[in-house]
Amino acid sequence: MMDNPRFLNRTEALGILALVVLLVVILPLSLDVFRLNLVAKYLTYAFVGIGLVLCWGFGGILSLGQGVFFGLGGYCMAMYLKLEASSVANTRIQSTPGIPDFMDWNQITQLPTFWQPFHSLTFTILAILIVPALFAFLIGTAMFKRRVGGVYFAIITQAVVAILTILIVGQQGYTGGINGITDLRTLKGWDIRPDHAKVVLYFFEVACLFGCIFLAQFVRHSKLGRILVAMRDKEDRVRFSGYSVANFKIFAFTLAAMFAAIGGAMFTLEVGFMSPSFVGIVPSIEMVIYTAVGGRMSIFGAVYGTLLVNFAKTSLSETFPQLWLFGLGALFIAVVLAFPNGLAGIWRDHVQSRIDQLMASRKSKSGAGWTDGSVADGAPAE
Amino acid sequence: MFGYSIGDLGAIFAMQGFAGLILFSVYVLMALGLAIIFGQMGVINMAHGEFMILGAYVTWLTSNAFQQFLPSLFSGYFFIAMILAFIASGSLGMLVEWALIRHLYKRPLDTLLATWGLSLMLQQAYRSVFGAREVGVELPEWMMGSWQATDTIQIPINGMFVMALTFLITIVVAYVLFWSRWGKQVRAVVQNRVMAGAVGINTEKVDCYTFGLGCGIAGIAGSAFTMIGSTSPTAGQLYIVDTFLVVVFGGAASLLGTIASAFTISQAQSTMEFFMSGSMAKVLTLLAIVAILMIRPQGLFALKVRK
Repeated sequence: MMDNPRFLNRTEALGILALVVLLVVILPLSLDVFRLNLVAKYLTYAFVGIGLVLCWGFGGILSLGQGVFFGLGGYCMAMYLKLEASSVANTRIQSTPGIPDFMDWNQITQLPTFWQPFHSLTFTILAILIVPALFAFLIGTAMFKRRVGGVYFAIITQAVVAILTILIVGQQGYTGGINGITDLRTLKGWDIRPDHAKVVLYFFEVACLFGCIFLAQFVRHSKLGRILVAMRDKEDRVRFSGYSVANFKIFAFTLAAMFAAIGGAMFTLEVGFMSPSFVGIVPSIEMVIYTAVGGRMSIFGAVYGTLLVNFAKTSLSETFPQLWLFGLGALFIAVVLAFPNGLAGIWRDHVQSRIDQLMASRKSKSGAGWTDGSVADGAPAE
Repeated sequence: MFGYSIGDLGAIFAMQGFAGLILFSVYVLMALGLAIIFGQMGVINMAHGEFMILGAYVTWLTSNAFQQFLPSLFSGYFFIAMILAFIASGSLGMLVEWALIRHLYKRPLDTLLATWGLSLMLQQAYRSVFGAREVGVELPEWMMGSWQATDTIQIPINGMFVMALTFLITIVVAYVLFWSRWGKQVRAVVQNRVMAGAVGINTEKVDCYTFGLGCGIAGIAGSAFTMIGSTSPTAGQLYIVDTFLVVVFGGAASLLGTIASAFTISQAQSTMEFFMSGSMAKVLTLLAIVAILMIRPQGLFALKVRK
């Protein structure tokens, strides 16, 4: 695929290379398993970020509801793992053996119908991809066909988040309520809790992430991606040129939802539980912030932004819990006021131009310059 | 029927309806400020809830101050607290407009992110200053208790007071926006900023005062809110989605629509709460609003404007 000049130009190929080096070589070698698992947790949000770059950065559709899709993906995965963990042998002490423990606590004596198919891993994987996509397609169709966009769309997606969170918390017997689905153990008999499993899961996740990055790059450089950008800037002109604006928006939104769902499923695997606190309004907005900090127009920027903000969050809230919210709030305001294109914008305006000059004078040095620079970009991450 | 007599049922419905009316008043107070900021100016103010909480904390401080220094005047502290809350939230709003919002009028989605950052900072500030625990104000004696309408129907007095207050503030806001000279300027700036500037209106000043007014009303809402609930640093966030939905559902640019939609939503919710759990009532209400908005995106009352 590398030979298609439109799919990846040279800078982007180098960018991918830098990211591969960072995620596959530097981070696993320099971090212990606990920290690596933290990185894995952060990277699950990078999936959401990439989706948001496509739908917000390129398509101009700001969704404050990505937590819904993240949650749907995560809950699908959690339901499968929970069913496997609540085999009859494991749950002998319950009054109804063979059903998840929280159902037993809520006096439910039979597995609800919508839980039944999650005994199958194939169905679960399909559900992780299809359920959020279908949901996004329905919302998107209802909204975009009626030309609801911009601010209104953002607020309505936020309402959808509120609905889903209240529903999950309220229906304790079916969803585990506020505690979520906890105590997940094995995936097809393979224990996901020990350290070596965490490492394997990390590499699997990185592989999936690059899959999503490639797909996003492909969309971005295809005609579709350019129509998305055109639509964001002058929607009416694109409509008058005979394109169905609504369909393109629905596509971008649905694809973003699928990315978010993959991230959510990965989150469940990495962290070992799923709860409504990762679905709600606050996490959904935070996901948007990661993307904004990284640069809403840059796919790599979303990944770096997610890692950086999360690392800052973890380290600052460990050491200065009081200051953390001030710092985060100030960061948003600074990004919006001073750097609307985020880290990627700073990179492009201040670093890239220097590198170009350097390359013009000393062509042989270009590769090394890129790698060093990108690692420096992610350096606080270590 | 469920062991209730007809009279009991009537009383339950009357009291439930009244509970809905109190919810309605709170919604209207919160949504009025937002209808001005979001509906008129097009700014998504995610920190609106925090402006409200500022008003609540100012009320709490005032009530403490009166208890300590002027116990004889305690029964009337609330009116002073309300004015102080308006001034505090309003001036903070004007400061925020000057420092932050005025740079973002052309990028409405970015105001969302920036004001979200602001709301985080304000929450942490409240937590640092007032502590993370909930605080409640001491009500003066005349506001406590309830009015016995019939043998079975009881109506709390603080609820009636909040309703009266809402009514009064709505009238004042409607008067200011639709009949005063300044209100005309606000509407002119909103409809066509360039032309308004060309006929000699100082648009920047109008923007600043409009935002301040919206935030000030949020402060009054917070002040009224202390009488029926307690205040905590994160309480504002609980209401922000509801408030936005009230404004959007009513039709963003219409004040009357905001009131009608606040009425519909609050009555639907409190009536359903009687038949099912509170969370399911909320889910059904929100679902109904989203469904209606999908069919009628412009909301209940849409202004006809040429674009």
